[in-house]
Amino acid sequence: MRPLGDIEARIDQLGGATNPAADPAAAARELLGLGEDVLEHWIAARGGTPTAARREGFRLLALHRQGAKGEPSFNACRETCRELVYHHNLITMDPGHPDTAARLAMAALVANHLYLFVSGKMEVEQLGEFCCSSRPLHANMS
Amino acid sequence: MEERYKKVAYYPGCALEGSGHAYNRSTKAVGEKLGLDLVEVKNWNCCGAMEVKNIDPKLQTYLSSRVMSIAAKEMGFDTVMAPCNGCYHNLKKAEYDLANDPDSVEVVDRLSKKAGHETYEAGEIETIHALDWIKQAIGEDGIRARLENSLKNLKVANYYGCMYTRPRHIFPEKDQGPDSESTTQPHFMDDLLAAAGAEIVDFPLKTSCCGGAHTLSDSDTSTKLVLNLLRAAEASGADVIATECPTCHSGLEMHQVRAEKRFGVKTSVKILYFTQLLGLALGLKPKKVGVHENISDSMAFVKEKGLA
Repeated sequence: MRPLGDIEARIDQLGGATNPAADPAAAARELLGLGEDVLEHWIAARGGTPTAARREGFRLLALHRQGAKGEPSFNACRETCRELVYHHNLITMDPGHPDTAARLAMAALVANHLYLFVSGKMEVEQLGEFCCSSRPLHANMS
Repeated sequence: MEERYKKVAYYPGCALEGSGHAYNRSTKAVGEKLGLDLVEVKNWNCCGAMEVKNIDPKLQTYLSSRVMSIAAKEMGFDTVMAPCNGCYHNLKKAEYDLANDPDSVEVVDRLSKKAGHETYEAGEIETIHALDWIKQAIGEDGIRARLENSLKNLKVANYYGCMYTRPRHIFPEKDQGPDSESTTQPHFMDDLLAAAGAEIVDFPLKTSCCGGAHTLSDSDTSTKLVLNLLRAAEASGADVIATECPTCHSGLEMHQVRAEKRFGVKTSVKILYFTQLLGLALGLKPKKVGVHENISDSMAFVKEKGLA
């Protein structure tokens, strides 16, 4: 797996406004892949094998579902994953659109948020638990 | 419109008496301006917030149930409004626990008897957020009809945070069709501020984590998460982020300052409670809605935008 620090650096590079991607569709696909890399880290750190399956056509969404299994607070990044897919679709379906550079910059910010949330949660596991509070809810609902 | 929301029990919660004072002030001011009655819950207590909940979730359920018990049984209300996402979330969670978990019912009954008040039972009161309150009691047409100072010069990114919609099963009234709130793409704040004239920008991180729970234990992660939200808001073209949670709001303001000191990254997007923006649109003065009480100084900004 690509080290987390490298993922962060690459996301930053792809989102750099001063360095617009020559091939925005490729950059969008790479950002999606970097999101998958982030989720792979989370799943592997918890002893799992990252799935190769797809959900709604995207491995990122399948990985998120896998990562949230038994860890409902992980749903705090569910919409972030979906937004990354949405921005990927916007860019790859119409790479010549006048807003593509802005969309790519936003996709990088979304990917960065996913990276920050997951890497932060790997440092301090409870990140997001107050917010979702799902673990205590379910832990006491046997 | 929901007539019963025109007079509701008001549960400000601890944050609104401290760091979220401006939210308390602006919520009350907007309610008064709109002719809505807020009757504060008598002798209310902490909802259990994160401190109690993470150690003993059933004790949190009891603490939240006590607030609902007083509002419903002692004060006779059928609706309690909590503007703080944490309080709103915890009261909803308690409601869910008491409807679905016999152990929670037993604990709440035992503690209520010990504390000397009637035991709250699920379904005796409805908990709503300040967004539900204004959206359902007044609505967009009502806002438009009362508009004195359009927000037309403002580009707003609405930030809902993570507690307003998650986990979705404690919000059974949401995702019930076009007039209800969405747990995946919340829009009540968008609707109200658009009715007040603001241009609402697409903000893809509107429900993403602000790292609020780890401001003290992992400050750098919190700062980086907030900085990313601020940069995304600016990239979306917003000149102001509207908030509806005192924890998110304080975090955005404080980490905006910290991001500059710690990482040397300055962002200029303003951060205001949605009730402050609505109040300004309804013709209230900035001080009446507590703009001067925010950490980040937005007084010059609201004047520049013709809102003062």
